[in-house]
Amino acid sequence: MTDIDPESVQDLHITSPWREMTTMFLRNYAAVAGLVLLLAIMAFVFIGPLIHPVDPFEMVWAPFTLPMQEGFVLGTDYLGRDILAAMMQGGQVSMAIGLAAALVSVIIGVSVGAFAGYYGGVIEEILMRFTEFFQVLPTLLFSMVIVALFGASLLTVTLAIGVVSWTAVARVTRSEFLRIREMEYVAAARSGSARDLYLIFKVILPNALPPIVVQANLMVGSAILFEAALSFLGLSDPNVMSWGQVIGSNRPYILDAGFAVAIPGFAIFLTVLAISLVGDGLNDALNPKLRQR
Amino acid sequence: MTSDALLCVSDLVVDFKTRAGNARVLDHVSLEVKEGEILGIVGESGCGKSMTALSIMGLVPNPPGKITAGSIKLAGQELVDMPIDTLRKIRGKEIGMIFQEPMTSLNPVFTVGEQIAESVRLHEGASNKAAAARAVEMLKSVEIPEAEARANAYPHQLSGGMRQRVMIAMALACSPRVLIADEPTTALDTTVQAQIFDLLQNLQDETGTAIVLITHDMGAVAELADTVAVMYAGRIVETGKVGTVLSHPDHPYTKGLITCVPHLSASPALLRERLTEIPGVVPALTDLGNGCAFAPRCNAVLPKCRSEKPTLAQTQVNHMAACWAAAPEGAA
Repeated sequence: MTDIDPESVQDLHITSPWREMTTMFLRNYAAVAGLVLLLAIMAFVFIGPLIHPVDPFEMVWAPFTLPMQEGFVLGTDYLGRDILAAMMQGGQVSMAIGLAAALVSVIIGVSVGAFAGYYGGVIEEILMRFTEFFQVLPTLLFSMVIVALFGASLLTVTLAIGVVSWTAVARVTRSEFLRIREMEYVAAARSGSARDLYLIFKVILPNALPPIVVQANLMVGSAILFEAALSFLGLSDPNVMSWGQVIGSNRPYILDAGFAVAIPGFAIFLTVLAISLVGDGLNDALNPKLRQR
Repeated sequence: MTSDALLCVSDLVVDFKTRAGNARVLDHVSLEVKEGEILGIVGESGCGKSMTALSIMGLVPNPPGKITAGSIKLAGQELVDMPIDTLRKIRGKEIGMIFQEPMTSLNPVFTVGEQIAESVRLHEGASNKAAAARAVEMLKSVEIPEAEARANAYPHQLSGGMRQRVMIAMALACSPRVLIADEPTTALDTTVQAQIFDLLQNLQDETGTAIVLITHDMGAVAELADTVAVMYAGRIVETGKVGTVLSHPDHPYTKGLITCVPHLSASPALLRERLTEIPGVVPALTDLGNGCAFAPRCNAVLPKCRSEKPTLAQTQVNHMAACWAAAPEGAA
């Protein structure tokens, strides 16, 4: 047509929202510091064992060797096992369980929250009462019962943590769905003949993701803490080293060799701190209201 | 009813259950649109214009709403009570809809190209590549400059007018036979409104799609529409060819709607006069009583208006009005 749209005169500068978010995230120094810390911990945990290939279950020296002595950077524990090796390989397990448990809780939470928020009515009522049922159970006790019943293995510990911590994700997801399902673009998609499942997963869920991503991130931190608590109580796979297990097994000797307990405790603290900082940065980057400041 | 109508709505009744009682939001609404025609539906807010559109799309929120009676036929095929799977094939494919708010009717997390392509893919089973090409082609047809680049833009990166063009492109992507435009320009600047109306007119000339244009802009109706239906409190109070309805309105409500719009063509002396407004507001739909719903606001009210509902009756050639005062002698 002949009429020229004034907008054609402007230069076309189309930035993807991903780039916007990255810029926003990188502007947050605390979040970047958290990310760097997290990457450093990951490197220590996953690349470390290649450089320092020692079996963390093997007795290598006298018990309670202090850090930086006899060639042991982090010393040895009550059975004379290398703590550095335990920190590296135990860290893998802590991280893996943290991620896997967070994934389990996100999958359960998003499904429950999405269906409750989308359908409303009786379905919502049933699903949310179900969620509340899980919410009022004492989480640590409940996961202990699950592990005690089904045996202590990585799988049961992961599932136990996931099963007790999905309720927060479900509530966040539901509230986002309640808000977004009333949006006109959902009605527009429906008028374009979209099915319910398509609307839930391809129209509404992508828009509901930001708070869910943040929640999932924090979930990783709390799952690591949870795993540590369970293995401290002796309720995790005894054949697999993890940070919590190092703390738990050295607990009786805390007065004689405090470092054996303090080192893994500090590692957990640093990891959870790093994850929280990243989560906070993600929250700011994904929240369009904060983005323009 | 004539048989050559593409979309034919007859005696449609939609009820809403509310706490205040049963609200009849559409009361025996009958409409028809022929291929290549534009039907304008005008009326105040809350008089059932959008509900008519939603009923045709099968999107009446249920609960609380329900189509209690009547039929909606698309090319002879009944849409009311059609199984949802069959209806889904018609929505978007046979009937497209443009929504009121271009700001919120596009999904913010996908590019506009993806959104148009998606509907082509769903309805025509086209491959991703073909659908993407079709999306760019559609963006070009709605006169979006640099369509290839703009297909990769997200909705928030486009202006309101552009977004409405994208909405139109999306609605037309599967070449529907009927396009429902629910106040397509309400949220836009006046200059952009004119562009969008031009665009609709051009597209209609090219494709012959029947358009149901819902608006409260009498000017737009005068310019674009072939026939017009004036709605009040869930009923059609006057309908006919645009020319006669606008120049010789029979219903006092239509007259009121026309006089409350300023006319540039009028003499300067007239322009300085106060515009006449219709006193009062649309009544609550739960409490309409027996008489004409417009009676409390009407300036030509008769005793009969308060006791008996007027029905649509022929007043002129191709022109019907539901008003006791306008009805020719002897007509009921």
